[in-house]
Amino acid sequence: MSNIHVTTTINGDKVEFLADPRETLLDCLRDKVGLTGSKEGCGTGDCGACSVTVDGTLVCSCLVLGVEAEGKDIRTIEGMAEGGTLHPLQRKFIEHAALQCGFCTPGLLVASKALLDKNPSPTEEEVRYWIAGNLCRCTGYDKIVRAIMDAAAELRGEAA
Amino acid sequence: MAKDEYREFRLVGTRPDRPDGLDKVTGRARYGADMTAPGMLWGAVVRSPHAHARIVKIDATKALALDGVKSVVTRADFPEGLTGEDWNLQENTIAGERALYDGHAVAAVAATSRFLAEEAARLIEVEYEVLPHVIDVDEAMKPNAPVIREGVSDATVPEGMSPNVVRKIEFGNGDVDAAFAAADLVMEKSFKTEATHQGYIEPHACVGQMGADGKGEMWVCTQGQWYIRKMCSAVLGTEASQLRVTPSEIGGGFGGKTTIFMEPLALALSRKAGGKPVKIVMSRSEVLRATGPTASASMDVKLGMKKDGTLSGVKVEFRMQGGAFPGAPTEFALYCGLAPYTFGAVEAVGYDVIANRPRCAAYRAPGAPMGSFAVESLLDEMCIELGLDALDVRFKNAVVTGDRAAYGPKFGSIGFVETLEAVKNHPNLLAELGPNQGRGIAAGYWFNHNGETSVSMAISEDGTVQVSVGTPDIGGSRASIALMVAETLGIAYEDVRVNIAETGSLGVNEPTHGSRATFASGKAAVLATEAAIKEMCKRAANEWGIEPEAVEWKDGAARPAGPNAGQFPPMTIKEIGAAMGSTGGPISGHHESLPDGVGASFGAHVVDVEVDPETGRTTILRYLVVQDAGRAIHPSYVEGQYQGGAAQGIGWALNEEYVYDDKGRLQNSVFLDYRVPLASDLPMIDTVIVEVPNPGHPYGVRGVGETGITPPLPALANAVRAATGVRMTHLPMSPSKVLAALKAR
Repeated sequence: MSNIHVTTTINGDKVEFLADPRETLLDCLRDKVGLTGSKEGCGTGDCGACSVTVDGTLVCSCLVLGVEAEGKDIRTIEGMAEGGTLHPLQRKFIEHAALQCGFCTPGLLVASKALLDKNPSPTEEEVRYWIAGNLCRCTGYDKIVRAIMDAAAELRGEAA
Repeated sequence: MAKDEYREFRLVGTRPDRPDGLDKVTGRARYGADMTAPGMLWGAVVRSPHAHARIVKIDATKALALDGVKSVVTRADFPEGLTGEDWNLQENTIAGERALYDGHAVAAVAATSRFLAEEAARLIEVEYEVLPHVIDVDEAMKPNAPVIREGVSDATVPEGMSPNVVRKIEFGNGDVDAAFAAADLVMEKSFKTEATHQGYIEPHACVGQMGADGKGEMWVCTQGQWYIRKMCSAVLGTEASQLRVTPSEIGGGFGGKTTIFMEPLALALSRKAGGKPVKIVMSRSEVLRATGPTASASMDVKLGMKKDGTLSGVKVEFRMQGGAFPGAPTEFALYCGLAPYTFGAVEAVGYDVIANRPRCAAYRAPGAPMGSFAVESLLDEMCIELGLDALDVRFKNAVVTGDRAAYGPKFGSIGFVETLEAVKNHPNLLAELGPNQGRGIAAGYWFNHNGETSVSMAISEDGTVQVSVGTPDIGGSRASIALMVAETLGIAYEDVRVNIAETGSLGVNEPTHGSRATFASGKAAVLATEAAIKEMCKRAANEWGIEPEAVEWKDGAARPAGPNAGQFPPMTIKEIGAAMGSTGGPISGHHESLPDGVGASFGAHVVDVEVDPETGRTTILRYLVVQDAGRAIHPSYVEGQYQGGAAQGIGWALNEEYVYDDKGRLQNSVFLDYRVPLASDLPMIDTVIVEVPNPGHPYGVRGVGETGITPPLPALANAVRAATGVRMTHLPMSPSKVLAALKAR
């Protein structure tokens, strides 16, 4: 099967790659573009470790084909910090010890940023349901939820 | 080692950012599947679709005819003549005469792309003769059950039992029948738990390279790089020191990454493909079908109790299947299930049984959750029968330091009573409960393993410190070890870098398992640091022209020990590091041992639930974990262990199970169907860290990683009983099962 040339924007940079039409966006990000921050935990859209945004919409990149990236604006974990400055979510995840093994962390950060972009004041329940598509096996989610709530407060200018 | 409970610590007990935090929130941290190598091939594995089948023929002609397919391996490519555990490892890596479970590897192929490797795997033709199978432990023990393999049983198994019974465990003391006769209440019940998977989110992944000379390298996500080295070498018939294994960051393990699965296949494919590196990444379905799971259990318990709640005797028989190979953790189920209490007389029997399922791997406190489920559930039922308070009864029978455990040894320093005290004082116990709501309490126990441990630390030219440990960091151990080393040296936490070493740079280390990393690598790191401090004091003594014994180390500097030693300004670690090139060369410290002084950990959980009478669904209203940590070096990551263990136990109790069809094929090999707890399933998980310092560790550490998964199973069953009046004896308590039990009420 011949490959298809794809031109897209990833984290603000123009990127070109050749995609096997069967390849997922996740495969292309990891194996063609070298952005291995997005993880594959299931390949069936159940675990959320591969979460990215496509034109601002949160998706599991294992359920999107690489060729569908043509002309789109893709955002991944690698584009979340601005230069050397971490996004408040990233900082709060470290501060709250919201990660143990860290494998689900990129997906959770991308997903929770998508939540806060849409809803700056989520309740605990709203956070829990929003990230229900991101499996974490290490933490029991307690510290993750706290980190997201705390980051939201800081982004609203409420934090001390 | 002397311990001073009144010491004040500068760093131990604080919560600094973990050293690897930045890498892990930016996507930079490299896990198993994140590695590529020049000229790399992709591997794929052909797996049995049958639970039990004779392999008649494997034909790889069509696969090898594809452009870009570089090698195919079958069992014929592995050495013959292995015995014992080496044979088990090899047989589980790749089937020999028979496939023993759905998902058992039978062949593997390497090709120039992932798609090509997968296509080639589909083209490898395997002819099977399907054989009768058995997956349930009680069925597998019946005399007429299909036999998985003859000759596996050891000498402990009585004659006349099925060849599937491979080991019998027995211990006891006192006269159980007399104890039951003297009791005011004797009850017995049978319990079952289903197999569950560790469920780490990162699938197994490796890149392996091996030449015809047997020299090789491997990058792999593992809890133990030396185990990978030893096991791969045994399976391949190569020499251990010729294989260098580098551990990647690890995306969860929980015991499931302490052994090998496809790693020897990658090396064998590489060897056969002229030494090109081969990468294999498992799919989630492969992970669930062919790796991990824990055992399933069938358990009978009989308890005798006096009217005042004193336990007078216990009789248990636990039967566990651990897949197609010996190794179900039956003895740990017995030990840990009985550990919390003094029972009077004890009679314990256990069986390790093989069946047509994937080989069980360690899963957080292996066996303990099942044993606790059986014992703590029956204990709860007896408290209800006698109208006694569940917590009071646990206080009354709780083991204390110096007591003899039901399985023999005396407990060293333990903090079970202190743990129960903290439970008693927690506000969650005052929360009012409404209709269909109930509260459950249960205790749990796990050991603290020492294991082979080798740690090196070295002073850098700028006075900062690097520490090399052999235990992969799964949940913050870099932070805890850096805190202990910095505390010992009297320097800043940020001045210590902890590296996870590959197999070429340290002596043998056991994996991060047995709740040992912060205990064993931490203790060895402190002892290595003390060796370096001794050398730094010597350098200062030489400079000052005094005896090394006249120098002491305090707050990051060598100082004259007293007025008689002379008047010299402190010589800081920075000054010593900067000068070491001209004062005698590099300064490092090293320690290797089987560290003594392990400290076991008791825990107790309290859960409030609401059971929906319409659907049978159990909702968790609040959850409390109380556990003895000895001393929490980094309390956030200790809490994390408590919360994570509780969440896994909740999944086991309420949702998770391996579901097989009548042909013995796993029916739920994706996360949609094998449903682990989601954020929306859980409340905040409250924690209390009890600190009864372990005198065997320089900072009082106990192993904390595993105990937390043990109490949730019985605590939830006890809560559902309190909410509904129904005693659930078969986990998981899925809505359909609970609903059926409610209807039968």
